[in-house]
Amino acid sequence: MPRTLIDKLWDEHLVADLGDGINLLHIDRVFLHERSGAVALRTLKTSGIAVRRPQLAFATIDHIVDTDPGRGDATKFKGGDKFIRAMRDGAREAAITFFDINDPRQGITHVIAAEQGIAQPGATIVCGDSHTCTLGGLGALAWGVGSSGIEQALATQTVEECRPRTMRIRCDGRLAEGVFAKDLVLSLIGKYGASGGAGYAIEFFGSAISALPVEARMTLCNMAIEFAAFTGIIAPDVMTIEYLRGRPHAPTGELWDRAVAHWKTLRSDDAAVFDRDVQIDVSTLSPQVTWGTSPQHVVGVEGVVPDPRSATEPPQARAMEGALQYMDLRPGDRLNSIPIDAAFIGSCTNARLSDLREAARVLQGRKVAAGIKALCVPGSTSVKQAAEAEGLDRIFKDAGFEWRESGCSLCFYVGGDSFGGARRVISTTNRNFEGRQGPGVRTHLASPATVAASATLGRIASARELSR
Amino acid sequence: MSIEPITIVRGLAAPLMRANIDTDAIIPSREMTTVGKAGLGRRLFANWRFKDGPVESRAERSEFVLNRVPYRNARILLAGENFGCGSSREGAAWALYDFGFRVVIAPSFGAIFRANCIRNGLLPVVLDVAIVEDIARQMDAGNGECTIDVDLQKCLVTDASGIGHPFTLPPMQREMLIEGLDSIELAMRRVGDIDAFHDALAERRPWLFGVREDGA
Ligand code: SF4
Repeated sequence: MPRTLIDKLWDEHLVADLGDGINLLHIDRVFLHERSGAVALRTLKTSGIAVRRPQLAFATIDHIVDTDPGRGDATKFKGGDKFIRAMRDGAREAAITFFDINDPRQGITHVIAAEQGIAQPGATIVCGDSHTCTLGGLGALAWGVGSSGIEQALATQTVEECRPRTMRIRCDGRLAEGVFAKDLVLSLIGKYGASGGAGYAIEFFGSAISALPVEARMTLCNMAIEFAAFTGIIAPDVMTIEYLRGRPHAPTGELWDRAVAHWKTLRSDDAAVFDRDVQIDVSTLSPQVTWGTSPQHVVGVEGVVPDPRSATEPPQARAMEGALQYMDLRPGDRLNSIPIDAAFIGSCTNARLSDLREAARVLQGRKVAAGIKALCVPGSTSVKQAAEAEGLDRIFKDAGFEWRESGCSLCFYVGGDSFGGARRVISTTNRNFEGRQGPGVRTHLASPATVAASATLGRIASARELSR
Repeated sequence: MSIEPITIVRGLAAPLMRANIDTDAIIPSREMTTVGKAGLGRRLFANWRFKDGPVESRAERSEFVLNRVPYRNARILLAGENFGCGSSREGAAWALYDFGFRVVIAPSFGAIFRANCIRNGLLPVVLDVAIVEDIARQMDAGNGECTIDVDLQKCLVTDASGIGHPFTLPPMQREMLIEGLDSIELAMRRVGDIDAFHDALAERRPWLFGVREDGA
């Protein structure tokens, strides 16, 4: 019977059917960070349970480490060092490969799992982090679990999951100039809602996907979780294989050849039937920006804030009203006339080298508007070094951006670093939830180009306004 | 944290009928200050429950549902669709449980949050949005007097007017909640099978598990 790529990978990793659609799956790679990983290792230790295959587990420090130059274990978040030390000691005791704070391989988990070649097509990967789905951009079946899921994966090399339904999102056409994978995924969530993908694993497919560089594919899959999907995936192709070639943990020699031969077979059968099919013509998309507190609260940068009366159900209307109040906006407000206080370029969504290049293209020869706090936090230490090697750091600094060390930074607020008094932030991150970037902080999500353009104009704006 | 088995939960249900309530709202990241699982109930929904201020002395926001008298000890929560979306933080389930909740009823749940509930003694019940809205209205009208029943054996919610609403839960997950079982223990019982599976997979996909030729 013809099968989807998702089903093929699922079946290949199916250890046992536990009944009623619940399956025990073999996990090929486990990734830990100091927030959820430290708790998981500590709990296992207390219960006297050993890590079964430490060579398949990897760990880093990204979530609560400071991103200021000269950082160490001490964090602005009181008590953050406890998490960092627990992660480091736990990884050492369990003999897990660990990328420490000042290791050149350090970075945001999902960025370095790809960069180091740890994530590979066809592999199952879990991490105690919801954005693990990012790695679907390489053709891995990757998803987030809670810390007890991580405990189980470390202890048994399995987790149990309900088999998801399958959705194929076919994207054809060409993205217009200044429109990116971020705009595509935001508009998808806007159209079908933040729970539009609930219960599904999604395969992105079509000519517009084949045309996307691997880093942009990771941006797209990164936000599958914001669509409530189990995960997102893109079948590996020549670009994926070239991306992985020579990466530190990628196979070498004869094993590389065997891996590549296998990766080339990883696709859905032509006659495979998906539980749901969605089609998008990407040529009609414009730069997107969120106005509210859910990623589904999104419109084109040139659009207006909608009216809660347009909602179909009372809980959605209440969420919109709550969002308007929190965001201090009114129906009919034009997005591109909203003044901002800060701009943030960072996160596992949009802080890879190609993202920094897009932002730098906009910032070149321009300055951040007066009074705007602007930050660029590279997604990994090697992204930072590569950006510096091509002089991007100078462009950011000359424009008035802070140039930080790698980490999650102000993608989320943990209680230390903050935007100062700034209330309204335009951000390349993935979550505009209330309080996500700080108490009372109002987040507008957008692409790196849109964030850079907004920073220079001091209000929400797409880069198109600058080129006019 | 030991987990109480669930069979029947009877009581008031606290209505929090907004769509897309995320785990950052359930437990803000800055509220999770220890490398552990206990004591998070005091910090549940902190941004909505409390005014700003030092953790030990911050004042409550009186209008928030869990600060209102009938609901302060609620064990059942009603919410809009996609409850628990966002971050995978298991602290969201720990905080709800520690506060006293044993059941959350919503039209849909974030998948990772839902899995975390099952692992931590919290029953996620999916009912149609119109039914959840209805139960919320009964609560609002009942002045803290009316109760609902959630029966996990029968997979049935009986609302305040006595109408039964069946829900589904895979029997294995039901058993885990009824008996307070731990899924790590369950999986560890299969370790022999898992190892055999691993070896067969490693045979077919040696590049994923084998030693690299350069020894790295
Ligand atoms: S960058 Fe943000 S979304 Fe990504 S892993 Fe870090 S905190 Fe999570």
